[in-house]
Amino acid sequence: MSDIPKADELFKSIDYNPPLTGWMETPVDFSPGNWCYPAKPEKIEYMETKLPGLWGEARKWVPSEVDWKLPANWKETVVSGFRERLKKFRSLQLFMDICVRCGACADKCHYFIGSGDPKNMPVLRAELMRSVYRGEFTVAGKILSKFTGSRVMEEDVLKEWFIYFYQCTQCRRCSLFCPYGIDTAEMTMMARELMHLVGLNTNWIMEPVSNCNITGNHLGIQPHAFKDIVDFMVDDIEEVTGRRVKAPLNEKGHEILFITPSGDVFADPGIYTFMGYLLLFDYLDLDYTLSTYASEGGNFGSFTNNETMKKLNAKMYAEAERLGCKWILGGECGHMWRVVHQYMDTMTGDTQWSGMTTPKSPVTGTVFNNAAATKMLHITEFTADLMKHNKLKLDPSRNDHLRVTFHDSCNPARGMGLLEEPRYVLKHVCNNFFEMPPATIREQTFCCAGGSGLNTDEIMEIRLRGGLPRGNALRYVQEQHGVNMMACICAIDRATLIPLADYWAPGVAISGTHELVANALVLEEGEVRTMDMRQEPLPGFEDEDDDWTPPNMEDA
Amino acid sequence: MNALYSLLFVFLLVLIPLFGVDAAHMRTFFGVCIPTTAFIIFLIGFVYKVVIWGRSAVPFRIPTTGGQFQSFDPKLFKQNKLDCPQTGAQTFFRMVLEVFAFRSLFRNTQVSLHQGKDQPVVAYKSSKWLWLFAITFHYSFFIIALRHLRLFLEPIPFLPVGALEFVDGILQIGAPVMYLSDVGLMVGVLLLLGRRLVLPRINYISYVSDYFPLLLILSVALSGIYMRYYAKVDIIAIKELTMGLVTFHYVVPESIPASFFVHVFLVSTLMVYFPFSKLMHMPGVFLSPTRNLPNDSRAKHHVNPWNDPNIKAHAYADYEKQFGVPMAEAGLPLDNPENGVPKDEAEA
Repeated sequence: MSDIPKADELFKSIDYNPPLTGWMETPVDFSPGNWCYPAKPEKIEYMETKLPGLWGEARKWVPSEVDWKLPANWKETVVSGFRERLKKFRSLQLFMDICVRCGACADKCHYFIGSGDPKNMPVLRAELMRSVYRGEFTVAGKILSKFTGSRVMEEDVLKEWFIYFYQCTQCRRCSLFCPYGIDTAEMTMMARELMHLVGLNTNWIMEPVSNCNITGNHLGIQPHAFKDIVDFMVDDIEEVTGRRVKAPLNEKGHEILFITPSGDVFADPGIYTFMGYLLLFDYLDLDYTLSTYASEGGNFGSFTNNETMKKLNAKMYAEAERLGCKWILGGECGHMWRVVHQYMDTMTGDTQWSGMTTPKSPVTGTVFNNAAATKMLHITEFTADLMKHNKLKLDPSRNDHLRVTFHDSCNPARGMGLLEEPRYVLKHVCNNFFEMPPATIREQTFCCAGGSGLNTDEIMEIRLRGGLPRGNALRYVQEQHGVNMMACICAIDRATLIPLADYWAPGVAISGTHELVANALVLEEGEVRTMDMRQEPLPGFEDEDDDWTPPNMEDA
Repeated sequence: MNALYSLLFVFLLVLIPLFGVDAAHMRTFFGVCIPTTAFIIFLIGFVYKVVIWGRSAVPFRIPTTGGQFQSFDPKLFKQNKLDCPQTGAQTFFRMVLEVFAFRSLFRNTQVSLHQGKDQPVVAYKSSKWLWLFAITFHYSFFIIALRHLRLFLEPIPFLPVGALEFVDGILQIGAPVMYLSDVGLMVGVLLLLGRRLVLPRINYISYVSDYFPLLLILSVALSGIYMRYYAKVDIIAIKELTMGLVTFHYVVPESIPASFFVHVFLVSTLMVYFPFSKLMHMPGVFLSPTRNLPNDSRAKHHVNPWNDPNIKAHAYADYEKQFGVPMAEAGLPLDNPENGVPKDEAEA
């Protein structure tokens, strides 16, 4: 990160005035830092054996070099793939035809707001593709190419796609404002599908995809190692709470299968959220199991093509059947829930085993009819229901050292509509809760700028630029209300928001929602905690073990 | 440059009927053949495009959710029925507002960057200008189109034509009475054109195909206004011609001036241009999958017509075969205990 400018300098460098040259004539910057590393050939070779015909030729190539080693028939492949998808996706066909370039979307994209690059305006990002559509498939575009903004598929065009369709996080903020509902996420998905056909890919997506298929999770954690990690967290929970929780793995005959993104098993601060789940379930004596085979809630396939999305998603129902679980409880994750909410039942619903039932909380008896088809419930729905029925003894003052705000993840906000449940949960476990400005939350929320497979360090400046709107809103509540913790319901957020906050709003930490639930959960009458889930001492207990003060306590 | 090209095209389009009618005396050609052909092309092109869209599959329900969804407890968490519809009826109302009130555009905001005292500030403010321009333009255009029905219907029905004319001319300014919709259309077009010319970002994304329809509609409006307010053309003769078009008894009365043929030619151009251009956003908005589908995929089963049943999960049996030994060592349960036996032991 050494060559990344300071926040103030970066901010001053943003210029919303377009360049003097037209966008088709403006060259693309292929220098390192503008692209994610291509996939390792062995990842592609592996996926080719699993889903043949979707990945092009596995090879080593570098985007900053002139020769991308495209297959000889790449143009034909892309153009015929494009034509095929126009018939398979009405969204694509329609969005190619009806944009009027009114520009309402232009300043809605976090990447545009942070960069000023006109090709990051959603309208122009889509024009990268529409221009080819008009030039290849429409009469007007073929005859009057110059006047209608049309062009044919060329190598430079494809290269431009690679840069800009990997500068879109499929967050759908533009589609909220578009008068025709044109959704750039749809076009980004299609462009990436087409690029995969000719072997243009990124390692940060393809390695997780192949790992998910082999080991069940994107980090490639093998089952025994997964168990070690979970055991380690059980130890940590005991350290904090004195309670030895159960953490059933791959056990048959339980009512509920719990699936969460594997990022929560692996990295700080996701692990505290994972510990929160374990503690809550143990407190409820919930009849559930985890699975190492289906140990990834996130669907990295959804960043590649719909076939892979389906293949990875299919594990959830397959594992529910094998273990005899009646319904699935899903952890905090963004794109996982886009897939579960809007795709899962349509893709793989017919593979549900006969014993699956509409989720019913064994604690409160609530039947969740809003999940009647997928049989899959969001953890904040489950917990909110518990709170509504007063089934949890909570001491929110244990979170009094935290001044909390909530970051709506793009997918649950604009691809689901889950807005109130997480807030309800947070307000039950925190006394100090503050919203960020209205134009940056709920359905208008801003992306962490690392979603859809862009959470990789080689494009850190792009991510930090895209993180400006979120970071600036966070800085605002930090100054207004002393906010020192941003809660979220997404594992990618828990990874990406940390550098974002460090850069734009230093001093704010990131947590999952159930980490804060675990802090506040009173396990038994009179239980006293001396530390939070991070094993940082709670106010009044600082001197117990050492005199170290966590950074966010310095001003308190 | 793109705007100038478009202006040039429109000038040419005005000249064609002027020459055609005045110099070449092709009155029947420009009064009957052109509009009839244009209308047929419009109809066929329009239907063809919509059929293409209709044939394209809708694999998934992908509404953009703009508010709280229908929760397990609708009392505790109130659903935003208009922005996050769960049922067909709610979706219908979302679409009504989208089509008739441009609801998404109404949400528009504008971003600006400021250097605060000691930190940068990204500010957002509501920006309803584009919405206002668009609504003025579209409703004026719509009302004008409906008013023109008086030329194709006999007797003229009070609803909607007579009533519209009454309301539209309610200010009673001038003679013939000035129509508000004429003012609205002119103002709307000029504002939409103006922002394309003036705002750098919008200018940057505008093609000839963005300026051309605006200028074409402007020229249609101007020729119409000229006929009504200045030339005060023989409306009886014109109605004779237009009624002839719809009853297939074609007549071209001598008293019809060239300005009418210019108007008709420009409208004909617009009709021909329509199905091949972005103007198809009009039918398109009705089909937009992020707006016209309910947000109910988790509650209701839908079918993807091209769903591939052959795509299956990586089998658990293979997973256990691969990792069975360390799984057994870690004490994880196995479906097939043989998978837990190390290979060399199994062979021994």
